[in-house]
Amino acid sequence: MSTPLLKLEDVRVHFPIADGFWHSRALKAVDGVSFELEAGSTLGVVGESGCGKSTLARAILGIHPPTSGRIWLDGTELTGLSRRAMQPHRRTMQIVFQDPLASLNPRMTVGEAIAEPLRVFRPELSAADRRRKVRQSMELVGLLPNQINRYPHEFSGGQCQRIGIARALVVEPKLLLCDEPVSALDVSIQAQIVNLLMDLQKEMGLALLFIAHDLSVVRHISDRVMVMYLGKTMELADRDTLYSQPQHPYTQALIGAVPIPDPVREREKEVTLLSGELPSPLSPPSGCVFRTRCPIAQEVCAQSVPALKPAERSPAAVACKFA
Amino acid sequence: MSANNLLEVHNLRVRFATQDGEVEAVNGVNFSLAPGETLGIVGESGSGKSQTVLAIMGLLAGNGQASGKVVFGGKDLLTLGSRELNAVRGANIGMIFQDPMTSLNPFLRISTQLTESLVAHRGMSKKEALARAVEVLDAVHIPDAKNRVHYYPHEFSGGMRQRVMIAMALLCKPQLIIADEPTTALDVTVQAQILALLDELKRDFGVAIILITHDLGVVAGLCEKVMVMYGGQVMECAPLDDIFAHPRHPYTRGLLRSVPRLDGAGETRLATIPGNPPDLLHLPVGCPFSPRCPDVRDLCRSDRPLLRYQDADSARACHVPVEELT
Repeated sequence: MSTPLLKLEDVRVHFPIADGFWHSRALKAVDGVSFELEAGSTLGVVGESGCGKSTLARAILGIHPPTSGRIWLDGTELTGLSRRAMQPHRRTMQIVFQDPLASLNPRMTVGEAIAEPLRVFRPELSAADRRRKVRQSMELVGLLPNQINRYPHEFSGGQCQRIGIARALVVEPKLLLCDEPVSALDVSIQAQIVNLLMDLQKEMGLALLFIAHDLSVVRHISDRVMVMYLGKTMELADRDTLYSQPQHPYTQALIGAVPIPDPVREREKEVTLLSGELPSPLSPPSGCVFRTRCPIAQEVCAQSVPALKPAERSPAAVACKFA
Repeated sequence: MSANNLLEVHNLRVRFATQDGEVEAVNGVNFSLAPGETLGIVGESGSGKSQTVLAIMGLLAGNGQASGKVVFGGKDLLTLGSRELNAVRGANIGMIFQDPMTSLNPFLRISTQLTESLVAHRGMSKKEALARAVEVLDAVHIPDAKNRVHYYPHEFSGGMRQRVMIAMALLCKPQLIIADEPTTALDVTVQAQILALLDELKRDFGVAIILITHDLGVVAGLCEKVMVMYGGQVMECAPLDDIFAHPRHPYTRGLLRSVPRLDGAGETRLATIPGNPPDLLHLPVGCPFSPRCPDVRDLCRSDRPLLRYQDADSARACHVPVEELT
């Protein structure tokens, strides 16, 4: 088997939180996540707010270096690298953010914003070459090259997201991390951006790590899907397995909670409402972190943390004692 | 329109005077709502869905001007002064906003915020008002309501705060609740809880609801009638099942096709609506949707189509006959 483009092994990101004057507690934003991502494929990461999905992306990029665990990109281990040694690898992975307007500098023209990564990663390029690359990148994402001197506020949300994608792709990365790239967009624009990402992936052989809370969008774009809850992986499976036979009670609840735009199906649908609220990540429940809201929790769930293991009834990997 | 309607909106227009010129945010909206009925208003940003209900509530920004008629309880709300309007708002019409954190006062305990309107509108004593507040918090399933009524907003989670907002809207037993994107800021599992709660209130209290959303799935679960807006105008309105089974406006069709669905086939490409949302400062002369419409005719670019009723419940604003739509 070839080496995966991205590999995570038991990655943890803990933030120290002051607790009184002398002590600090750890907020376990990401707590033992492992997966592999093949070149050219898409892993969807779903979960609700506070599940650690954005922190995970930041850990991979080295913005919040992992507290423990190992990360490999294209065969090179990133964890433990100095800032300087990390720099060339940053070009291989780029990110697209959620808020398209806030992620662009309002004082930079579109051309300047897209050229910025080139200045950092390809300083040897001449100004003319840089301009040529910026134009190519703009055309790639469906922007008109004559808009190169405009400012972000002159564009709509969907167009700003295209600018963000052009900026990420101009250095020809192999991995694109997308952190809720369509959740700030209108429905009709969302579809345009999802299609664009899928086309670009095919054209450039990009691997996508697609983080979103919208399960329908994730299903559409992903090859495999990972479900997270309070920093832990609940279930990891290929797309069709996960959506047609969800094994973890949390996955089942998530999928059941998505409203279907069809009144007839919506009326027939059985919804298992989760009780209660997300526990504080500062004091997560003992054992399985989901047990306080789980409809099938038993006493045993409080005693030990269930490991992510192959499920009995499907080809998925599930962290549940009863799957 | 019949006499027993709870709310009737006639030719509602909203204009904003801005530095760049006049913006037509809402352009001639008509609808009516019977007691206990649930209407979903669907549209994307800039469609005028929020401004429509803000105009009904008299809550437009200072540079906004509403015209037309909004008849509620025999009175035209647009002609009322703020004192008379305040007697209706909060008492007969409750409102739920999108972001429960910014619409609750962070400095005041929930108890203060919940009893305020009861003392003002119902003339209750502080003690009676507090008892009623606890009762309503119970009704929206806030556990331990007796103690939690004294909490500050930040002590609640997002979903619980939205329950407090709903409780606040319910306090004076209104006949109508307007909910502007009530679940957009919430996680899916919490959204499901809140939608179940709204459905329960509809059944238990017989309250009419206007639900504003961009999520067609939310509409499908809760509403009886649906109105689709675009560029400040109503594109189509119809009973719930009709609009999903037989959408008769190109925009509604495009919207339904472009949503990825959990129960869909998982096809590789999503259908899209090309182009961008309308710029309200430069709306096209004809139909606002014409620049993005797959069925556009010459007439659409020059003449604005009027909303025509096919029967009592369904209407569409489109020049192209239904049979000829793609």
